[in-house]
Amino acid sequence: MSQYVDLSAYQGWVCADCGQPLVPGKVDISYLGNSFPVDLLKCPNCGLVLIPEELALGKMAEVEKALEDK
Amino acid sequence: MDQKELREQENRCIQEQAPACVSTCPVHVDVRGLAAEIAKGDFPAAYKLYRKAVPFPGIISHICNQPCQTTCLRGKDLGGAIEIAALERAALEFGGQAAEAIKPLPRKHFVKPVAVIGGGISGLTVAFDLARKGWGVVIFEASDRLGGGLWKVPPDLLPRDVLTHDLSVIQALGVEIRLNTTVGRSGGNGHSTFLTRLCEEYDAVYLGVGSHSSDIPDLQLDESGRTSIDPITFQTSMAKVFAGGDVLRASATFSGQEIPHSAILSISEGRRAAASIDRLLQKVSLTAARSNEGPYETRLYTNTSEIQPQTALIETDLSTRYSREVAETEAARCMQCECLECVKNCEYLRHYKGYPKKYIREVYNNLSIVMGTRHSNTFINSCALCGLCAEICPTDVDMGEVCHNAREQMVEQKRMPASAHDFALQDMAFSNSASGKFALARNASGTNSSSYAFFPGCQLSGSSPQYVEKAYDFLKGAFPDAGVGLMLRCCGAPADWAGNKQLFEESRQQFLLEYEKLGRPKLVLACSSCYQVFQKHYPDVQIVSFWEVFDQLGPQTLTAGRAFSAPVAIHDPCSTRYASGIQDAVRNILGKMGCEIQELPLSREKTECCSYGGLMWLANKPVAEQAVQRRINESPQDYLTYCAMCRDFFARRGKRSLHLFDYIYGAAGTDLALAPAVGFSQRHENRARLKEKLLKERWSETMPEQAAFESIRLVLPEAVQQMVEDRLILVEDMQKVIEYAQRTGKRMFNAATGHYLAYTKPTSVTYWVEYTPQEDGAFLVHKAYSHRMEIGREAKK
Repeated sequence: MSQYVDLSAYQGWVCADCGQPLVPGKVDISYLGNSFPVDLLKCPNCGLVLIPEELALGKMAEVEKALEDK
Repeated sequence: MDQKELREQENRCIQEQAPACVSTCPVHVDVRGLAAEIAKGDFPAAYKLYRKAVPFPGIISHICNQPCQTTCLRGKDLGGAIEIAALERAALEFGGQAAEAIKPLPRKHFVKPVAVIGGGISGLTVAFDLARKGWGVVIFEASDRLGGGLWKVPPDLLPRDVLTHDLSVIQALGVEIRLNTTVGRSGGNGHSTFLTRLCEEYDAVYLGVGSHSSDIPDLQLDESGRTSIDPITFQTSMAKVFAGGDVLRASATFSGQEIPHSAILSISEGRRAAASIDRLLQKVSLTAARSNEGPYETRLYTNTSEIQPQTALIETDLSTRYSREVAETEAARCMQCECLECVKNCEYLRHYKGYPKKYIREVYNNLSIVMGTRHSNTFINSCALCGLCAEICPTDVDMGEVCHNAREQMVEQKRMPASAHDFALQDMAFSNSASGKFALARNASGTNSSSYAFFPGCQLSGSSPQYVEKAYDFLKGAFPDAGVGLMLRCCGAPADWAGNKQLFEESRQQFLLEYEKLGRPKLVLACSSCYQVFQKHYPDVQIVSFWEVFDQLGPQTLTAGRAFSAPVAIHDPCSTRYASGIQDAVRNILGKMGCEIQELPLSREKTECCSYGGLMWLANKPVAEQAVQRRINESPQDYLTYCAMCRDFFARRGKRSLHLFDYIYGAAGTDLALAPAVGFSQRHENRARLKEKLLKERWSETMPEQAAFESIRLVLPEAVQQMVEDRLILVEDMQKVIEYAQRTGKRMFNAATGHYLAYTKPTSVTYWVEYTPQEDGAFLVHKAYSHRMEIGREAKK
């Protein structure tokens, strides 16, 4: 799913709690018992993950629909 | 709904029934298809369809007595029946040359051949059909040529070259023809047992002779002295012997009936006998699945009310030969009979490009899938459940019932997509939460019991809370000696529409508890969806529509707040389809106000849904928008309705529309028809404020305590308001995200923009908000979005 979003546009974000810049890393995104490893930005310290708007409204919405058999 | 019930509904849909011309034709020529092809100018395709049904196209197109024409709906005062035989001749003339020669299947040598006694048109049809399938056939003909009675037709009607050309196909198919050969009628020895002897030499015999039953002594006679012949299979008392022609006519099967001689009927008889012989030789059932052979009455209904009369271009008889152009014009006169009454009147059924018979099969298949993709889920969830199809359907097929039942099964099977109805069910939960923002049940202040209780419904309270108060005051005045209580809550319609029986039942039980506390009052309902739900699910609760009460007990002359310069078009909510009392009351009230009313083409029991019904708007936004737009397009007048959601759905698409309450209680001097639709967050807000105001002013009570997130103040620029409305994100969802982020510190920060980004997942949806804290303690929202996929979870396999 990671290829559907350009992470470089989100490099200005830092974890406000830890003060650490977000770094690329694998995150499991799951729905209805299906899991997908996705390259996303996350806090190297606490693991807070950033889901970009275009991913949520684009590929993720598409996968949700597909998994719901819609 | 089990398989049997679904099948029953499916079979009720008549769209796939043959048009009358086809069912009346003894061999079921696809007249409708033939006309459609000719109208397009595709004569070879038309010929192909004709050839499929008729073995001798030249002969039949020249001499057919056209029983089809007697049932053509054009013939019923719409310009005269289509000239079908003339079109058949045109198909032959302009499309027959390109046709390929008939190729028989390889000859089957493992059985003895079939004897066809008599070379008339029925016997020739038997020979044609069986030879094509590879069975060996021997024709015995007493005269010196095939064709029998066809040679009696005058040559100017049936040109001899046409006749001989068509008959030549028999020889071409490899049929053995024995001319000048009499079988069993020589009167000599053995005449009485000739069939028995033939059956030894041949595996089947077809009797297509002009004969009387007494001439065939092998066959059993009934008490009346007539031959017994099976009316479906044409099998005689001898298993291998089948009869057509005069033998059939003189038999007990058709005793007393006048069966006219006609070439097309003879072909039909031959064809049916050939089908029986083919089954006999294949050793399969002769009787299985043999309905509707020969002429029958179709169940197809075709609405011709919009069809303009149109006569044929030129006077036509059996000798008329059309040019291509005349044939195309005549073919275009065919109305292409079909039903589609429901599809023509429902945007949802039209959108999916099918019709109920097909849809019901798909729904059934969808429900039966254990593993694999269910492709019809969205279809099932997109129906408004409004009942218009059932009202219009000549055979009462109800797609709403089918879809509602399918939803219930999907919920039970745990196969209902989580996102399908979630938003509406959350809205219902908001309205019915016992300690929440809206639910309220109170006797009138200072009383212990209520004879009546006003139940305005959640959506009127969300759209126009001010009218709830006014209507409540009216009721208290109308019933001065009876306690009039108030119940604020959702009737449970969203759960019912979503097929969630368990959730509906929970809501029902909650309601009944509160209802008992009020002393089981008669409910006065302002919302027709509530009315429908109470009527269906609460047989023990007495109900009356607010509008009926207002009509009877309200002011009998009304001065409206504004002058009526133009008539209003009444849109009856679909939930009043069979509540004519409410529809009448509304019209009476408007009449008393001097309001001129225009009836929409589909109104009262044929009214349409605004797309709120059945949660169509939530399950399938594009189709819902088409549905409401279709309704809007029906009249340029302002729409007047008496359902808060209908009014808001029209307003959302820019249609000038009013709620009846706008007329009765609306502020004078304001053009309320232009008032914008109330957004989803505002609906919650309005309900909560209504409860708070009523509690304070009428019962001197305060609202339950606020949750922490409610103190979060949001600043929403107009574009963001529209964005969250479209994305079904509520103010309270965003408040929860920001409250959580601010309290826990779990948020992201972008130094370049000064924006924060945070998320939280209150139940099943994860909400994201990008925001900037303001100096005054509020939060400016830049964007909000959501998803259902979960972050950081391993798959639960």
